[in-house]
Amino acid sequence: MQALPMPARLFITAVVSSAIAVLGLAIPRVTDWGAVAVLLAVVVASEYLTLSLGRSVSGVQVSISVTAPMVIGAVFLLGPWGAAAVGAGCWLQFTRDTPLVKVLFNGAQVTLSGWLAGWIYLAFGGTAPIDSGAFPGVLIPITMVLVSYELINGAFVVGYISLANRVAPARVWRGMLAESALAYFAYNIFGLLLAVVWGAGVGPFSVVLLLVPLAVARWVFALFAREREAYEATIRSFIQAVETKDAYTRGHSERVAKASLMIGRTMNVRDDRLETLRFAGMLHDVGKLGVPTKVLQKAGKLTEEEFAAIQLHPVRGREITRELEFLGEAIIAIYHHHERIDGRGYPLGLVGDDIPEFARMIAVADAFDSMTTTRSYRGARSVDEAVEELIKWKGTQFDAEMVEAMIEALAAEPWQPTDTSALFVGPQNNVPNYASDDDDPTAAEVLASHRPSAENPRPAGEKSDNYSTGRRGESS
Amino acid sequence: MSDQRGQFTTGPASGTALIAVAALGTVASATVVANEGVQQGWYALFFVVCIALGEVFRIRMPGGRDTAPIATAICLAYAMLPSIGGVPLTYTIPLVVSVTAVGSLTGAVFRLAGRRPIPLDDLARRLIIVACVAGTFRPFLESEWFGRQTTTVIALFMTVVVLVALVLDSVMAALVRAGTDRAPYSQAVIDEIRAMSAINAATGATAVLTALAAPSMGWIAVPIFTIPLALTQFSFRKYAHISSTYLQTIRALSRVTEVGGYTETGHARRVSRLAVSVGIEMGLSEREVRELEYAALMHDIGQLSLEEPIPGGSTLMTSSAAAREIAGLGSAVIKQTGVLDHVAEVVERQADAYYPGHGHHDDTIPIESRIIRACNDYDDLVGASLESDRMLHAVERLHLGITSEYDPRVVDTLTRIVKRRTGNL
Repeated sequence: MQALPMPARLFITAVVSSAIAVLGLAIPRVTDWGAVAVLLAVVVASEYLTLSLGRSVSGVQVSISVTAPMVIGAVFLLGPWGAAAVGAGCWLQFTRDTPLVKVLFNGAQVTLSGWLAGWIYLAFGGTAPIDSGAFPGVLIPITMVLVSYELINGAFVVGYISLANRVAPARVWRGMLAESALAYFAYNIFGLLLAVVWGAGVGPFSVVLLLVPLAVARWVFALFAREREAYEATIRSFIQAVETKDAYTRGHSERVAKASLMIGRTMNVRDDRLETLRFAGMLHDVGKLGVPTKVLQKAGKLTEEEFAAIQLHPVRGREITRELEFLGEAIIAIYHHHERIDGRGYPLGLVGDDIPEFARMIAVADAFDSMTTTRSYRGARSVDEAVEELIKWKGTQFDAEMVEAMIEALAAEPWQPTDTSALFVGPQNNVPNYASDDDDPTAAEVLASHRPSAENPRPAGEKSDNYSTGRRGESS
Repeated sequence: MSDQRGQFTTGPASGTALIAVAALGTVASATVVANEGVQQGWYALFFVVCIALGEVFRIRMPGGRDTAPIATAICLAYAMLPSIGGVPLTYTIPLVVSVTAVGSLTGAVFRLAGRRPIPLDDLARRLIIVACVAGTFRPFLESEWFGRQTTTVIALFMTVVVLVALVLDSVMAALVRAGTDRAPYSQAVIDEIRAMSAINAATGATAVLTALAAPSMGWIAVPIFTIPLALTQFSFRKYAHISSTYLQTIRALSRVTEVGGYTETGHARRVSRLAVSVGIEMGLSEREVRELEYAALMHDIGQLSLEEPIPGGSTLMTSSAAAREIAGLGSAVIKQTGVLDHVAEVVERQADAYYPGHGHHDDTIPIESRIIRACNDYDDLVGASLESDRMLHAVERLHLGITSEYDPRVVDTLTRIVKRRTGNL
């Protein structure tokens, strides 16, 4: 609080003292104290009724509380003075971690917003309590209240944020509008519904009826959040189970998911597709379960069959994930993440843009993480060395565009090389065996030239091309 | 042996019976309406349209229950509505039933056009409860008693009537479900009420609110008052979606042991399907069945930690010490999730013998573990085979283990299911 700049302090003082004055004037003017008490009680308890809609696109927690609908209900039912009295209930919302200034300011701005919206309602011909028989004419004052409450309330909040953080008001305003203006507007209709039913003679019981669908929705959203967490945790531990087969890849999948996201964000991939990309990164090596452990852990040169076994892992990965409809593009990405731009990759030897976009991203992320992680035959390389390697192989192994994006992302977000050398104790420690490690670009080069079919990659038009549909367009 | 704890069970025919009752009621009502003519036809048409629209926004609840809360709420509101926009409504119960039927079926036709199935039993139940609500409530509308009450009392009366009707709905739904799943009826009722009470409370509240607001507000109350319910429905949709994604993922991931050559193709799924049938028939709750399914799908996950696959992937052929080790390894993987503790316990104890010695049985082994144990061994013997000789032989072999390895009640239920499948029951 002490950090607040002078203008912000003046603004808060002005708002809070006007609200106190309005409340002082309201007390003798309120007629229906019973109704005020009921609505006030709901406002005070609103912490328990706040509906959390999860995180929005930009990561802001969107939640809507029942405060605004109650105040708006009071506008329709009791007019400006009653709305001010109900809004003052915000001062009684005790929360453990909200600072006192915020509680004071919030209560004041809700009180004033309700009071002003009440006058606007009366000015446009509304009556308190609302005459719901006057539809559709009464829609004009109703709409005015729903809109003006949101605008006035928004103006107070923008003033506070911009003065406290020294940000231009227009920027704050835009951010708020983008977030959830429509959701709030729809939600405020609850206030109208409340007033109509209450005014029809039902009285306080209407609050109970109206809160039931809300409370249920709140409960189910909580269940949803819990289920989603459980789901994520389950996938994560499955991936870990895969990685126990192969000690040096511990944590690899999550890091590849992270690096793929860095590339995807730089390339402006849409949010819902980013989620798919993340899953693709997490699950890209799931097919390694289909490779015998002794091959994965073998020290020394691999036989022809063992190479073939390793190269099957993208195919196995697709087999496992094929039925997961929601993975969509990710399945294709898992299948093709070892393709090379020059067509010498596997399993199909696709060339250039025929390789699905996500697969090209994961290829870069995969190689980058593998280089910056300790391997049995070498230490972790530095980020700079890894970037050099990426540049070296762009256009042959990697899509140049994705390499550029990775480099750009690294400038904004630092990357910590992973030292897993502590995990290696045993005979395989010093045996140079990069041949089986096809995530490493150098090894991949050896592998590619090792493959009998490497000299004549398939031409772009020839292969069965079920995979190339539906992946372009979004990024252009 | 044949019927555990003497529980009441219903047959698969109960769904058909319900639909038949609803169809008969509809035909009877339509005949009455055709003779008497439609009173206040425009309102009837308006409600038909609203119900049809609500029917289009049908959701699938977690647990696979199909329901259209908005349509049901509008039907219930229509059944109770005393007047609309100041105009008293004088229609009769047959008209309420007919409007519900026509609206619901119109919506169903739209769904059919979108190639989505029509859950006839859900529509039948709706028709029945709407008829009950109209039958209970509408006679009061004309009575002298009604005129003397305050609106609050009427609101309370409506709430009680609607809640009773929605409980009746769950009871009927359980009747159908118990018939198709062969679950004990009492458990089916508990599951049904548990799964539906939240959405039903929201549906009922919406119906009452609409019926209370429309007399003064007019027809616009019907669309406006469904907004809160739409929000509730949206939250359920999200929840159901993540739940089914979760199950789908575990099903897919259960195949990693197959792809890795550790287990036979389809083994985890066959075991889980059989285990779920046994669990339902033994009266496990819906939640327990779900955890049983997860555990059964993942019961071999511990094999991943083995250096070399066991030949043939069969855990029946391995020593009990090795089987216990695999169970422990798998359980450790599942425990890591931090959210599936019970599933981990079930997997951990699947290798334990039910009679560790001297005729004492070990009741600390979760019932789910005992089910998985028996189903796993059964599948190791039968595999993907559909030969009934082989299936019956496998069951006989399990019976030999009744005094040592298996819970006899599990083996009995399993036997009943297998005999039904082979046509010997």
